Amino acid sequence: MSDSAITPRAGANVDFRQVGKPLPRIDAPGKAHGKTRYAGDYVMPNMLHAKVLRSPEASARLTRIDASKARALPGVACVLTHVELPDRMAPTDIPGQTGRKRLDTDQQILVRERVRYHGEPLALVAAESAAIAEKAMDLIAFDLEPLPGVYSVEDALAPGAPVVQGADNIVSTYKVRKGDVQAGFAAADTIIENTYHTQFIEHAFLEPEVGLAWVDENEVINIRMSTQVIEHFRFIAEAVGVPHNKVRILGSLVGGGFGGKEDITVEIYLALLARATGRPVRLCYTREDSFFGHGKRHPFSITHRTGFTRDGKITALQVDMTADAGAYVFLSPYVLLYATVASPGPYRVDNLHVDARAVATNNMYTSAFRGFGAAQACVAHEQQMDEAAKALGIDPLELRRRNFLRTGDPIATGVPIESAVWSDECMTRAWDALGERSEERGPIRIGRGVAAYQQSYGRITWLHDTSEAWVGVEMDGTVVVRSGVTDIGAGQVSALAQIAAELLGVGLTDVTVYNSDSATTPLAGTTTATRALYMTGNAVRLAAEAVRGRLLDRAARAFGVETNAVDMADSVVFVRDRPQTCMSLTDLVATCASEGIHRSELVMFRAPFTDGIDAETGQGRVHPDYAYGAQAVEVAVDTETGEVSVLKCIGAHDVGQAINPDAVEGQIEGGTSQGLGYALSEELIYENGKLVTPSFSEYLIPTAMDMPRVQSIILESRSGVGPFGAKGIGEPSLTPVAPAIANAVADAIGVRIADLPITPEKVVKALASAGRGP
Amino acid sequence: MKDAKIIRLTVNGREREVGALPNETLLESLRGLGYFEVKSGCEKGDCGACAVLLDGEAVDSCLLLTWTVEGASITTVSGLGSVDEPHPLHKAFIDRGAAQCGYCTPGLIIAAKSMFDNDTREPSEDDMRLALSGNLCRCTGYTKVFDAIDEAARIMRERG
Repeated sequence: MSDSAITPRAGANVDFRQVGKPLPRIDAPGKAHGKTRYAGDYVMPNMLHAKVLRSPEASARLTRIDASKARALPGVACVLTHVELPDRMAPTDIPGQTGRKRLDTDQQILVRERVRYHGEPLALVAAESAAIAEKAMDLIAFDLEPLPGVYSVEDALAPGAPVVQGADNIVSTYKVRKGDVQAGFAAADTIIENTYHTQFIEHAFLEPEVGLAWVDENEVINIRMSTQVIEHFRFIAEAVGVPHNKVRILGSLVGGGFGGKEDITVEIYLALLARATGRPVRLCYTREDSFFGHGKRHPFSITHRTGFTRDGKITALQVDMTADAGAYVFLSPYVLLYATVASPGPYRVDNLHVDARAVATNNMYTSAFRGFGAAQACVAHEQQMDEAAKALGIDPLELRRRNFLRTGDPIATGVPIESAVWSDECMTRAWDALGERSEERGPIRIGRGVAAYQQSYGRITWLHDTSEAWVGVEMDGTVVVRSGVTDIGAGQVSALAQIAAELLGVGLTDVTVYNSDSATTPLAGTTTATRALYMTGNAVRLAAEAVRGRLLDRAARAFGVETNAVDMADSVVFVRDRPQTCMSLTDLVATCASEGIHRSELVMFRAPFTDGIDAETGQGRVHPDYAYGAQAVEVAVDTETGEVSVLKCIGAHDVGQAINPDAVEGQIEGGTSQGLGYALSEELIYENGKLVTPSFSEYLIPTAMDMPRVQSIILESRSGVGPFGAKGIGEPSLTPVAPAIANAVADAIGVRIADLPITPEKVVKALASAGRGP
Repeated sequence: MKDAKIIRLTVNGREREVGALPNETLLESLRGLGYFEVKSGCEKGDCGACAVLLDGEAVDSCLLLTWTVEGASITTVSGLGSVDEPHPLHKAFIDRGAAQCGYCTPGLIIAAKSMFDNDTREPSEDDMRLALSGNLCRCTGYTKVFDAIDEAARIMRERG
């Protein structure tokens, strides 16, 4: 419910005219009327259609591939196998503008000899129609000799296990050595130890991966793409073997990303085919392709051993976590780092010992997904808090209260948290909003759960992240924002417009944002890591402030007052104390233009830059800042069928400053639904590395039948490092949901199911083994 | 095109002809005619992104062969109204922030329109959830979609 009566906001937005208002987003009319053109809606004359042939084996040697029959099929323009490809690899490391050293994590573009996961691409086809391309794939002959594989982290870590690639199956490790855990455990009255498991998760964006590529008269490879990251153009150029300035990525509004369009998907295939054929090529994944074609959320096993005093203070925490990285590295090291930093949750833990590892297997590779390691960490630390509360006989909320971080306290990496930590207020408000407890009837048991989190926003500070934006005022007083930022559906672009409108005294619809073109819009970095508003919002703010400053200076001279006495609103510039002394923005702009006063500004915003953390202790700065909040839920568990229904769901988050409260609520509601699926129904199942759930009838995301109306409580500490004190909400909205639901189920049935998802089968089994059947 | 047959359709009130192969789906034909608001999300009838009104009923256009709907009247989301004269559903989806990435939005609006036309103008919570049960949305959690449909129902009641 988005009733403002139940969404109290700390700090009224008295100073703002545009920011903080729940305005319809500028992209909303196009979307509601079906006018928005996504990447898959573009066609070109003489266009070819591409398909990707994938390995039916998860671990094998390619001993022969013969495309001669496919090439002979009428209507086939091009078939590429590894034989035809340049001797180059596809980089899989963290993307973007940073000049910092990358990991050595490249992937073969097409299988050369070794197949490492089910669905790894063997060949590319471009043909006059998708149907012909499909037929051609059937005509490509290949022999795969199955090889022993490793399909679980346990298998991969066993002595003598087959190695997926490189020296061993350890992809990455992190550790934290802080304080003295032995002394901490010695001081504990109670030590609680439990292990929690999470599963492979699919992003399930509704728009599958799609792009259209063509080579223009300047030999530039243009690719119109559904992507979170237009700055992959550099990696694509390196993979194809052309200079960086010969690849252009034109983004479109993206039909959902959630991290799944953070890595390169179809770009390199398109670039190769467009160059090979000299014709435009379109590649649109089927839903099944999409299940095979991008990295998943890492399954984690996380063991917490926590020491508590009798009155519930944490004395020591030892965490051991293992993530399945799948067959290629992609962003696993970073996900693992985020999980390590988030492992103790929003609690002060002075004696902390963390060992974390990501392990290669012949499962699908895993990479970025909303929550990025912190979501898995939260599943563990929040269930652990409830288990501890039960063992200690302390109320779960009270136990959390006794341990929450406060501003100035050191987090896991030893660095003090500088912004507000409103964990308690968020948790208390969310819990109170559950209201009256629902009634138990027949086999139905009611349970309640809460979870709190710490989630970073902004990229790792040693990546030296930057973002650029250009803001200008046109001659008719309308405003233009240019920035390379991609909009993946959260309203990234509209938020920039709202910031520019605020500062330049115009209405939201007076602003047009040109975005997401690597050739013409200033590079803004990725739409990932809950960084778009923080980074690009700040860049737009700074650019708009610079333009505003010059316009107000000129107006002040005309009015014969100081600059700080002048303001602008509703496209009018006026003296604040005497609003009748005014001129239209159009007249002011005309004056500035005729006098050569610059009406635009290009700004680069820089995040804090640091060097890396200490590898032995894990101490040092990792992120610009952190967001805090909590989720409260009420569930009904049918003890006969094992079915869990979420009855009430409240997300309370300190977002710093809501730029658009409706958009913030949208993030909370959507993050909640993804967290609900994570908790109860979603699981990619790999049997010996082979995906057996590649459709929406087998991989179950929440429907309108499953979702309660989500209630959002938005708190605004204005303490964040984003524009106007904003923090971030994209990832935080998801992170606490699954553990809150898991805690509610445990509360309802008195048994904890420590393996997500909590399916009806697991509930029934857990009840039976606990002797608590219906 | 060998095997292609000319199929006549009325799309958003306009007579259209499409040369369709026997295995061509209505989704493919509509997109081929330029109705890009009809989205492809799974081509298996699981997601509802391709929903259109077929003689007033919401259907997944990916599950219908074009040859089987000769002469049918099709309405897409853009046929319900224009930016200048929006349908209450358009307006409510905009005002209530019910579209995020927007890819599923045309299908959701079609499903809601079909519910209004066929069931009731005062949908209960259960009516609404059932009507939308064939439309997957990964961004919104449906909350603002429900809010928008409530709002559209209210506008339509007020208009009588």
